[in-house]
Amino acid sequence: MIVVIDYNVGNVRSVCKALRHIGCEVALSCEPDIIEGATGLVLPGVAAFGYAVGALGSLAGLIKEVALSQKPLLGICVGYQILFDKSSEYGQHSGLGLVSGNVVPLPPGQVVPHMGWNQVGLPEDMDLFAGLGKEKHFYFAHSFYAEVTDSRAKIAYTEYGFDLPASVQKGNIYGTQFHPEKSGRGGLKILRNFAEICEEGNQQC
Amino acid sequence: MLTKRIIPCLDVKDNRVVKGVNFLNLRDAGDPVELGARYSDTGADELVFLDITATIRSRKTIVELVEKVAENVFIPFTVGGGIQSVEQIDELLRSGAEKVSVNTAAVQNPSLIAEAAQRFGNQCVVLAIDARRSKTRPGKWQVCVKAGSEPTDIDVVEWAVKAEKLGAGEILLTSMDADGTKAGYDNELNKAVTDAVNIPVIASGGAGTLEHLYDAIVDGGADAVLMASITHFENYTITQMKEYLASWGVPVNL
Repeated sequence: MIVVIDYNVGNVRSVCKALRHIGCEVALSCEPDIIEGATGLVLPGVAAFGYAVGALGSLAGLIKEVALSQKPLLGICVGYQILFDKSSEYGQHSGLGLVSGNVVPLPPGQVVPHMGWNQVGLPEDMDLFAGLGKEKHFYFAHSFYAEVTDSRAKIAYTEYGFDLPASVQKGNIYGTQFHPEKSGRGGLKILRNFAEICEEGNQQC
Repeated sequence: MLTKRIIPCLDVKDNRVVKGVNFLNLRDAGDPVELGARYSDTGADELVFLDITATIRSRKTIVELVEKVAENVFIPFTVGGGIQSVEQIDELLRSGAEKVSVNTAAVQNPSLIAEAAQRFGNQCVVLAIDARRSKTRPGKWQVCVKAGSEPTDIDVVEWAVKAEKLGAGEILLTSMDADGTKAGYDNELNKAVTDAVNIPVIASGGAGTLEHLYDAIVDGGADAVLMASITHFENYTITQMKEYLASWGVPVNL
């Protein structure tokens, strides 16, 4: 069972519905026992970074522990940004530090927030994008982005005046700046891929 | 490249989608849950649901509606109408909306925009402006509140700039003069606002033909176009709109 972390931020419901829609067994929970028993975790988030980290509270340590135990973890939007070291959105805040990099404001010169459907180049070696072709439009809505410095992370980019990291994969840790749960059929395919990754991991255990 | 968005707008009254002309003479346009799912399946980039009655009784209805809509809609949707507090925003986001739009309450209490942005992020906070051409000041527009029924002395462009500073992530700009007329968007209004702010602007009010969509994007500088009459009553499909825009070189998600 995939567990979507319930930590009192907006939009957790959309992720659950999308996962159920593709036939996954999903629990929305903040209970440590349930989180530990998951086949994979989804960390959603519509919130400002600082608020989200504060709302996560003591769950942060547990999520980090579960991720480091090789269980698949998918961070979405702010949940993706939290995977990195720190953010400067409304003050300085520390993230989970699972992927090296900092979350910083989008540079001037483009409309901010970066809002809408943008085309993402999909590297063949990133598991989330299996079966999706070379590029696809996904839905973005954010004002900050992660400057990825982790040499062990695979990165997919979108173009927004510069090469903007749209998704990372570092071992069992996955993240998308865009919202797969709100990106129509292409987004649902990404969630299906993640569900399959979780299932495979479970069989190996 | 970031694409221009096509956004059907569903004005909701008593659990039905309705559409009027210049905010009056409402006509039934269908069931919001069904219509939402249809648009999600047929290529709309986003949806906007506006509770146009916005009473205490309708507040509960709209939360239930958002929950039902979220079951079958896998594209982003915004909910607006009568939203007055951060708690109400939280409830709507938790029910499945991506964004909320605020209008009258933000005019009365601009700090609502800042509070909401700090808690949920700018991208969640849409400022809806109902704009009417000023009769006394040529080339200017005045902000109207309470579903357009009350004009204020506030200048639309100044309000848009202020809202951006407060943390609004997007502006949903409705021309009351053009709304429902199918005579084209007010692109002077759109241009005045898009030139003044650096956040996305959704042009709203007046779409009647495919050319109108193109004009709002190219002449008005809009990042997205909202429409109701021309799509609810099936004059044009979303695909037809996108194919037309693409044929004229506008980037769209086809």
